[in-house]
Amino acid sequence: MKKHRSILPGFGLTMGYTSLYLSLIVIIPLGGLFWKSATLPWPDFKQALTDPELLSSLKVTFGLSLAAATINAVLGFIVAWTLVRYPFPGRRLVDGLIDLPFALPTAVSGITLATLYANNGWLGNLGGNLEHLLHLSTGSLRLLNFTAAYTKIGMLLALIFISFPFIVRTLQPALADLDPEVEEAAASLGASRSQSFFRIILPAVLPALLTGFSLAFARAVGEYGSVIFISSNKPMDSEITAHMIMKEVENNQIARATTLGLVMLVVSFAMLAAINTLQWWSTRRVKAGAV
Amino acid sequence: MISLRLLAVVPLLAVLGLFPSCGSGAGGVTLYNVSYDPTRELYADIDQAFAADYKIKTGIDVAVQLSNGGSGRQARNILVGGQGDVATLALAADIDLLAGAKLLPADWQSRLPENSAPYTSTIVFLVRHGNPRGIADWPDLVKPGVAVITPDPKSSSGARWNYLAAWGYALQAGNQEEAKARAFVAELYRHVPILDTGARSATITFTQRNQGDVLLAWENEAHLAQKEFGADKFEIVIPSVSILAEPPVAVVEENARRDGVAKVAEDYLRYLYTPEAQEIIARNFYRPRDAQVAAKYAAQFPALKLLTIDDAFGGWKKAQATHFADGGTFDQIYKKH
Repeated sequence: MKKHRSILPGFGLTMGYTSLYLSLIVIIPLGGLFWKSATLPWPDFKQALTDPELLSSLKVTFGLSLAAATINAVLGFIVAWTLVRYPFPGRRLVDGLIDLPFALPTAVSGITLATLYANNGWLGNLGGNLEHLLHLSTGSLRLLNFTAAYTKIGMLLALIFISFPFIVRTLQPALADLDPEVEEAAASLGASRSQSFFRIILPAVLPALLTGFSLAFARAVGEYGSVIFISSNKPMDSEITAHMIMKEVENNQIARATTLGLVMLVVSFAMLAAINTLQWWSTRRVKAGAV
Repeated sequence: MISLRLLAVVPLLAVLGLFPSCGSGAGGVTLYNVSYDPTRELYADIDQAFAADYKIKTGIDVAVQLSNGGSGRQARNILVGGQGDVATLALAADIDLLAGAKLLPADWQSRLPENSAPYTSTIVFLVRHGNPRGIADWPDLVKPGVAVITPDPKSSSGARWNYLAAWGYALQAGNQEEAKARAFVAELYRHVPILDTGARSATITFTQRNQGDVLLAWENEAHLAQKEFGADKFEIVIPSVSILAEPPVAVVEENARRDGVAKVAEDYLRYLYTPEAQEIIARNFYRPRDAQVAAKYAAQFPALKLLTIDDAFGGWKKAQATHFADGGTFDQIYKKH
């Protein structure tokens, strides 16, 4: 039997490596999750799924993650745009700062943010600190106090912080690849600035923006370390699903914990699939020259 | 099969478990003490004194490796194959978990004196300087506007003592009526703005982040906070009734035998009962068992009525199932409104 040979060498080796690696890193652990949660008897499984605490925590987790990814999509876009388009002194330094949230252990980020935004922190008590510094009467600058620790705003800030680099790093190459001549052509054909932006630039970088968005979103959904320190962790209020899972582990309810993990996995997968579909559609539009 | 199960449970732990810890000191013995959150300072002192004592008595160098964390999670770490020759945890239920997996005999608690608890503690109140809210006893915690900081008993098994202390007080104040205890504890948790994951993080939330008016704390943790930040910052309030917290210790026999440290592990735990160690225990604000040491430190540990888990709650197993299992009294507090 004659084998069809690919022009590219090494298919067998790389494919073998790919499947082994994916199995070890992704499929076996996630398969274990399914397997373990299947050991939970059906009534318990159903009870775990319809638990109002779970539903509330899913709303908090996915709601805040979507909000964080959306805010980052807008503000991250501006940062990426600034870094790509305008040469300014210290640009490389600023560029290097972008990755810091990646490098910092998330617990450190959480503790730092909680300290900063607590009612005795630099920003949480900004007004009070300034009053003291400027010898003003107590309470005159109360409106400046940005006390976000132990509130949903604080949790949102933590999620924005840890997922911020994804948007900037995925957008930068896309923005750098934009051909300036296209914009020049648009301008010379009489397009206004907002027209060039919304009809030329945005559609071209939309696939990258969506990639960054979904990465940031996924990162925020899975976040535990930083949120836990700035959240008040109250069930039915500010509790994230990851914390619920930790509580089940602490109580040695492993099957329940994996079931909750499974729920997160399924919901995340569905949302990422939706974003990817959107991305595929927008890429096709770009390629088809619909712009 | 078993390794697959481990992978399913906590992939990371299983992977870490595959690599035995490297390099114990040449000629010496390494003993792993797996402990709960607020014992860092206590065991740092004990381990040093024990090593010196043991060297003189037996000529053996012992290095104790201490790890701290939430009691339940620490027990789980041992359960899934993590290091741990002795377990010094916050409550018996967590060591029972290990006994359930046959890592030590079921009657472990009768192997050492005093219920295997060489020191005790209780739950007290830490308030801000001058006690601005006038907190004197449990009923003051549910006065309008009072905010109470206490960790989540679901994520911190040590915090279960806090919950049960409140419940025990309310039972007693309400003629043992269950409904009254339930109502008091529910009201108390309505005054809790932040549920931290562990005892230490609750202390930090109260002391450093300036949250809440009262911290429900282990007595030793309250003293430690006062020592660190100064008596001019925080005051300790001793309620009329609290619970006798008996943090138990046990040799994790399977692990100790495997590591060849069964004898040292046993000696280490027995050392905790010596007058020398009891002194260290009292200096670290745990209540000593030794009558003489206790008398010496009587001023530090005011007398109060202490309920025991067996008398007031029928033992840990029952308390656990009634209050902290899924759908237990704690869950009901948050899910009813």
